[in-house]
Amino acid sequence: MKQLKKWIILGVTLALLGSLVGCGKTAETSKAADNGNTSSGSNDKNIYRTLDEIKKDGTINIGVFSDKNPFGYVDENGDYQGYDVYFAERLAKDLGVKVNYISTEAANRIEYLQTGKVDIILANFTVTDERKEEVDFALPYMNVALGVVSRNDKVVKSLDDLKKDDKIIVISGTTAETYLTKNYPDILLQKFDSYATAKEAFENGTGIAWANDNTEVIAFSLQNDGYTVGIPSLGSNDTIAPAVTKGNTTLLDWINEDIKKLGEEQFFHKDYEETLVETYGSDYKETLVVEGGKSAE
Amino acid sequence: MPDLGLEVLQKGSNFIRLIEGFWVAVEISLFSIAISIPLGVFLGILMTRKNKLIRFLTKFYLDFIRIMPQLVLLFLVFFGTTRSMGWNLSGEMAAVIVFVLWGTAEMGDLVRSALLSIPRHQYESSVALGFSRIQTYFYIILPQTLRRLIPVSINLITRMIKTTSLILMIGVVEVLKVGQQIIEANRMTSPNAAFGIFFVIFILYFVICWSVSMIARYLERKWS
Repeated sequence: MKQLKKWIILGVTLALLGSLVGCGKTAETSKAADNGNTSSGSNDKNIYRTLDEIKKDGTINIGVFSDKNPFGYVDENGDYQGYDVYFAERLAKDLGVKVNYISTEAANRIEYLQTGKVDIILANFTVTDERKEEVDFALPYMNVALGVVSRNDKVVKSLDDLKKDDKIIVISGTTAETYLTKNYPDILLQKFDSYATAKEAFENGTGIAWANDNTEVIAFSLQNDGYTVGIPSLGSNDTIAPAVTKGNTTLLDWINEDIKKLGEEQFFHKDYEETLVETYGSDYKETLVVEGGKSAE
Repeated sequence: MPDLGLEVLQKGSNFIRLIEGFWVAVEISLFSIAISIPLGVFLGILMTRKNKLIRFLTKFYLDFIRIMPQLVLLFLVFFGTTRSMGWNLSGEMAAVIVFVLWGTAEMGDLVRSALLSIPRHQYESSVALGFSRIQTYFYIILPQTLRRLIPVSINLITRMIKTTSLILMIGVVEVLKVGQQIIEANRMTSPNAAFGIFFVIFILYFVICWSVSMIARYLERKWS
């Protein structure tokens, strides 16, 4: 009897382990099926795909926002649209490959690049020194600063005026969060994971103000009655640029060459006309657009 | 009736996209549940063993999964396996793995407590009648256990369905993400769409979770 018991236990354990391993196996095969002959899977090779490997594969994986109108969003037919996407389409065209868009969140953009799950991030990615240590940025294609929007009845004009228990809304993983945590550690922050939830909460009365990229808060106050951008420009002026996995120099150099070339035909001005003019009007064109990778600074 | 901005659902293929997104969530959760239940039963039986090593290992596994937030597990499996082993799992596959790991652990604990609640004389009578260990479990203990499991496992199943809202963080476009996409794409033309869309999503979640608990109630009545 005791002998039998041991065998049953052993059998059950093996079955359990077997099924777990089975999980891993199916996962691996599905990877092989997904990726075909790309190199991202194997251990001894680089995590990223070089320019030639992408060309050979015929498809480039680009991470964009899918809920950030007008930079990266999905229209009613399920197609990706926006300023970032317009640029992504052009990059793919110049490279002669198809695009596979991957919907990213602000908080997981770096992780996607570091694991090689995307080739380029074009998700309104602000260039900062901290991020430069994690990923490689190409030349910029847009300017950005931080802004703070608040309700008309209680406009926040300076962050020093805040009362002790006033909360400011930020989206996790954005520059606004980093800037406020670093420079105003005493301010209470209410953090949200996605743009949509932050906006929803702010409109429903959470927080006294919302800190985000100034493009965002300007657009928000133009489109919604009852809100004012009390602080239009906070912190240093930053730029937005495409990012690739650290060390992927072939792809990086190619993107930089392409951005310079696109400057000659004023590509990003056209991009602005096509995608942003509806939201910001023509007034902000020269402030926002960076042509040929040459920032105003 | 207040303006819910429901007209955005009539634009293009928006409504179909929402339903497709919902199907992604349902598919992943039901698939994971179907795998977790048998594995959970095995784990539950293992957990009632007296062997110290087995007890320690199963307890460790259960506590590990319980303490870790699901979002952390999702990140660990989706990004972590790529970093450490070079596997390039799809978001869906990573989600199923996490949900199975989680479901098996929680289900195992439920099965363990249900097994312990079966009175000792059931085991003893069965041995007295000449049933072997396997036969005892198969014919006497498990059928009684399953009946006791239904109400408690419904809790777990509905929780798993609702937790699929986290998988948008690993790039799976499910119902909540599609909802956010639709709201954002129309934020200028239909600023109220958020109410309508979240209301529709609420109804979708309600319908599936409510049907699960109806089925459970039916089974409970039929088997008791």
